[in-house]
Amino acid sequence: MTKRVFALLQKDVLLEFRQKHTFYGIVLYIASTVFVIYLSFPDKPDGNTWNSLFWIIQLFICVNAVAKSFLQESRGRMLYFYSIASPAAFIISKIIYNVLLMILMSLITLVLFVFFLSNPVSNALQFTGIVVVGGISISLVFTLMSAIAAKAQQNAALIAIMGFPIILPQLLLLMRLSKVAFAEVFRAGAVMQLTLLVGGLDVLVVVMAVVLFPYLWKD
Amino acid sequence: MRKNWWKILSFALLVYTIVAGFLIRVPNLPIIHESIRNLYFHVCMWFAMMILFIISFVYSIKYLSSTSYINDIYARNFAAVGSFLGILGYCTGIIWANYTWLTDQNQSIGSVLKEPKLLGAAIALLIYGAYFVLRGSFTDMDKRARISAVYNIFAFVMLFPSIWIIPRMVGSLHPGAPGSDTGNPALNAQKDLDATMRMIFYPAVIGWTLLGVWIATLKIRIQLLQDKDIIYDPVKEIGTADR
Repeated sequence: MTKRVFALLQKDVLLEFRQKHTFYGIVLYIASTVFVIYLSFPDKPDGNTWNSLFWIIQLFICVNAVAKSFLQESRGRMLYFYSIASPAAFIISKIIYNVLLMILMSLITLVLFVFFLSNPVSNALQFTGIVVVGGISISLVFTLMSAIAAKAQQNAALIAIMGFPIILPQLLLLMRLSKVAFAEVFRAGAVMQLTLLVGGLDVLVVVMAVVLFPYLWKD
Repeated sequence: MRKNWWKILSFALLVYTIVAGFLIRVPNLPIIHESIRNLYFHVCMWFAMMILFIISFVYSIKYLSSTSYINDIYARNFAAVGSFLGILGYCTGIIWANYTWLTDQNQSIGSVLKEPKLLGAAIALLIYGAYFVLRGSFTDMDKRARISAVYNIFAFVMLFPSIWIIPRMVGSLHPGAPGSDTGNPALNAQKDLDATMRMIFYPAVIGWTLLGVWIATLKIRIQLLQDKDIIYDPVKEIGTADR
């Protein structure tokens, strides 16, 4: 099982290295989005606006970055995977790959945000941690959404329609949680509670993905 | 008659709800005053919506385990009627909010719209909206049934925290928010209602839920008739083979 997951993961990473244009495409997407925001704000945005913008941009980047993970697999190739791997191994490898990709993209976004839109964050390390956690949660949900949308023919728009309402509670929790790094005072235990809730939702999504994916991929 | 007793029960309970709900004395509380009677309608809509969504969720699971097309029809129609009740819940809520939060408490529309319970309900309606868009994007029937069942199960499980957990953690204008007393999501039936109101409220919940189920079964029966040529029923098939 672990070996299969690892092999599939290796295949995805290798593909990414062979087809660098998709990777750079997303990086360019991040850069141009942040640049548009930079130009549309004559003054530097304040902490709250910065925070909201950051998470909304994260959401759209995730839709673009994760969307292709299932769409790039052609029908024939899916049939091939079907014959050599179990659905659990396949979805877990996709999840791990997307999580890694999204963590990387989140960090790039963070660097660009700080570079272009100044840095209102008072506790940088904490915020980076929250960004990584947020990137993981968002990519988990959108991995499964991408798997569903790949089955319906019209895809990218459908991912957004299906994924946004589902990710909304988590996104609100993350926005609130990241206020910690803006030196906002929380009542005792609230930060821990929020983190546990986000983590719990992540576990829930992974379990649901592993349980439901077998029904998605047999045709 | 024996099969339809619950329809009569639903009718009787709703007549009771409307007559008693509008006529029987209610406690005179500040701000809400007589508008407290809306409890028998507004809150019941959400109860009924949630119950119908749970039924739809169960049928989606049944579809995935049996792949019988009938289960898909059930899941779809229960979700549709549930969404409709959700919209009705919003409408009754608008009326209630208009006479309490907006006029008497002078809340801004912005703060009312950011209410955590309103957000939870909005998420629910958006999810089921997406469910119907997803259904519409397929031409293949089996594929549509299977993929939308997967989405229905996943979305319902993800909807759960946003309706049942998060609203308990944050402040709210609704009664029963953590700031005011216990952390019940919408109301504390033991504490906020007196005995007469409970006597009407619980039957009202049952009555409205049964009415929702009734509407859903009618829609299901229409669709079963429309699709009767394509529904493969293993039991019937064996029956004709014997003959």
